[in-house]
Amino acid sequence: MQRLIFAFIAGGLFGAGLFISGMTDTTKVQGWLDVFGNWDPTLAFVMGGAIIPMAIAWRFVPGRKPLVGGDFPTPPKPEIGRDLVIGSTLFGFGWGLAGLCPGPSIASLSYGGVGHWVFVAAMIAGMMIAPYLRVTLDRTVPAE
Amino acid sequence: MMNSIPVDWIWGLIGGLLIGTGGAVYLLANGRIMGASGILGGLVDRSGWSTWKERAAFLLGVFLLPIPLYPLYRAVDTHITSNWAVIIAAGLLVGIGTRFANGCTSGHGVCGISRFSLRGIVATVFYILAGGVAVIIFRHLLGLV
Repeated sequence: MQRLIFAFIAGGLFGAGLFISGMTDTTKVQGWLDVFGNWDPTLAFVMGGAIIPMAIAWRFVPGRKPLVGGDFPTPPKPEIGRDLVIGSTLFGFGWGLAGLCPGPSIASLSYGGVGHWVFVAAMIAGMMIAPYLRVTLDRTVPAE
Repeated sequence: MMNSIPVDWIWGLIGGLLIGTGGAVYLLANGRIMGASGILGGLVDRSGWSTWKERAAFLLGVFLLPIPLYPLYRAVDTHITSNWAVIIAAGLLVGIGTRFANGCTSGHGVCGISRFSLRGIVATVFYILAGGVAVIIFRHLLGLV
């Protein structure tokens, strides 16, 4: 139960922060990406603000256990592979296209209108087909 | 003429601090990385089904907490495009891409960069560049978004 309460609090802070920061406004995200247009630096403030508490939190991890038990995640292998590069590029392209990434798309479901529900449905569909695409990709461009 | 810091930047910073605090709670209390695409994706492809309650509780918080804050902030309008083809294509790309890359703006960006993860930094560089290219093509060349 404790685990669920903390997850809800964490999600709530995340959702509230996305809302307050303006990051569910697609024009602000596209404004950040629009270096050759009317550039909007707001996203840099959001990212900077978010990194501060996270960087502090990471300093508490070594030698300790999470509050509700279990273990901290082990750092991923520092691999810069095919999937990371292709995936981030595809994701970024979609992000620029609609001005939405996964967090804000969920945070804005209650007020963004039907377009946001369609976006999230398409995103879930993409997540469902991703494992099959990976198999296809493995055949054509073998991972290192 | 600008005589003070734009109010959007201040809201951005405050919101960012809340986002990072959420990530800190999820890490220090639950021992998990706060990555929106991973939390949702683990439910979608069932790879994280053993922790579905925790994931659902997180997502419920993301969905619900903006609601009481509506009066606080003016930008309830998200200005999403009305072009359905663009919305669907973008959603598919975001879904596929984040699962391939194993992370999005929150996981690779916020959580990765804050621990100086090379993977997080490389992912962030690629998705920002790709996003910039998408805006150049679809806004400035095609005028679609």
